[in-house]
Amino acid sequence: MSNRKVDINEEELEDLLNLVNEIHGYDFTNYARASMHRRVFRFMNDAGFHNACDLKAGLLKDKAIFDFFLQRITVNVTEMFRDPEFYKVIRQKVLPVIASYPRIKIWHAGCSSGEEVFSMAILLHEAGLLQRSIIYATDINPYNIEKAKKGILPLDVMKEYVTNYLNAAGESDFASYYTAMYDHAIIRKDLRENIVFSLHNLVTDHVFNEFQLILCRNVMIYFNHELQNRVIRLFHSSLSSFGFLALGIKESLLFSDIKNKFEAVSSQEKIFKRIR
Amino acid sequence: MGGSAGSFSVLTQIIKLVPSEFSLPIVIVIHRQRNVVSEFTKILTQTFKSKKIIEPDDKEPIRESVIYVAPQNYHLLIEADRTFSLDYSEAIKFSRPSIDVTFESAARVYKNNLAAILLSGANNDGTAGLKSVVENGGTGIAQNPETAEFPAMPQSAITFVPGIKVFDPAKIADYIIAIATN
Ligand SMILES: C[S@@+](CC[C@H](N)C(=O)[O-])C[C@H]1O[C@@H](n2cnc3c(N)ncnc32)[C@H](O)[C@@H]1O
Repeated sequence: MSNRKVDINEEELEDLLNLVNEIHGYDFTNYARASMHRRVFRFMNDAGFHNACDLKAGLLKDKAIFDFFLQRITVNVTEMFRDPEFYKVIRQKVLPVIASYPRIKIWHAGCSSGEEVFSMAILLHEAGLLQRSIIYATDINPYNIEKAKKGILPLDVMKEYVTNYLNAAGESDFASYYTAMYDHAIIRKDLRENIVFSLHNLVTDHVFNEFQLILCRNVMIYFNHELQNRVIRLFHSSLSSFGFLALGIKESLLFSDIKNKFEAVSSQEKIFKRIR
Repeated sequence: MGGSAGSFSVLTQIIKLVPSEFSLPIVIVIHRQRNVVSEFTKILTQTFKSKKIIEPDDKEPIRESVIYVAPQNYHLLIEADRTFSLDYSEAIKFSRPSIDVTFESAARVYKNNLAAILLSGANNDGTAGLKSVVENGGTGIAQNPETAEFPAMPQSAITFVPGIKVFDPAKIADYIIAIATN
């Protein structure tokens, strides 16, 4: 049973997020509150802060505490070929269209430790498109980006991803895409060559290129409605005409104020196309 | 309503008794096996054609007379502006969706306008959630463990949360119909 000694209320949370923004330049004030509340609460439990005051003091004086906070406050859970059906639709409906571009540009926004990006690289490789593709993969969390650059994953989870891969209509030998080393797997180097991992904060950073496909899956669920609208506009301006936007399967453009600028390619898998 | 092992039949029994024009939203969190596509929502919608049963998308506004089912593999939370938000973070007590997570966020928003019901299950998810429901002035209800196929989950809540009601399934349905008509 949880013993509730730790606590933080709505106002204290608001205060804390404002402080983090002022001192450290990370703006979480427009993140969906219910989930933010829970994560801050959990962080306090794990890091041994009993109240909002202690936590504020800790975050103020100690950069290491903030780094740990940042690492824990973003939700970094990810998988290769998560939602296999989604990847199937990308194979069938998206890749054949973007194949017509001489240079294919893709952006994974909120890529976490890269599992989704490696999955995409495999799809492109199997479609014979990887050589002329460039994939920008960005995240707010430096810890994630460092991890992603290494391309190293635990071997036991790779074995679980085989099932996902097969369900995503993968026809090759999944094990040929990585080298096993002790209890780890390293994603093949040629699959990673055209990927650029870098830091980018969707809240504060701007358009940096034009893409035929943008994937932002399970990232905006952590934003409130207003911030979602802003970020969708950022994606809209970063897409070439008729470019694709892919969201997580439980994310909808229906609640966005520019939904009429997109058309559904697959309403089930939440893949959209910019139409104006 | 939160349920785990053995809760399916109780849930359908309750839903059946709730009229279609029921004036409140109902949210169902049920544990399903990880990475196995669950037919739960489909079965419900096919069984109860006259009722509006959906898995909400992120930021979907919560409406009356709708039965919402937490999608598999996400936690379902409720925001102050009465919309849903989804969360793909770590499983809690091996569960995603977690009953605790939904109950706790609902407790914060609805305070004393909330009834949270914990049904059959083989673990102790929901106990912490019911605790915050009660602490925030809401009503906590556990299925009578004697009527539960797996009594552990409601039993845990009864043991650790003072002030919750213990009802048989039919009584649970009566109770929620009564609060909706008041
Ligand atoms: C749940 S993961 C999703 C990973 C992957 N896209 C997937 O669906 O498997 C969410 C990611 O969003 C990132 N994120 C959160 N806020 C962000 C922001 N403001 N800008 C960029 N990335 C952000 C987190 O660091 C985290 O890696």
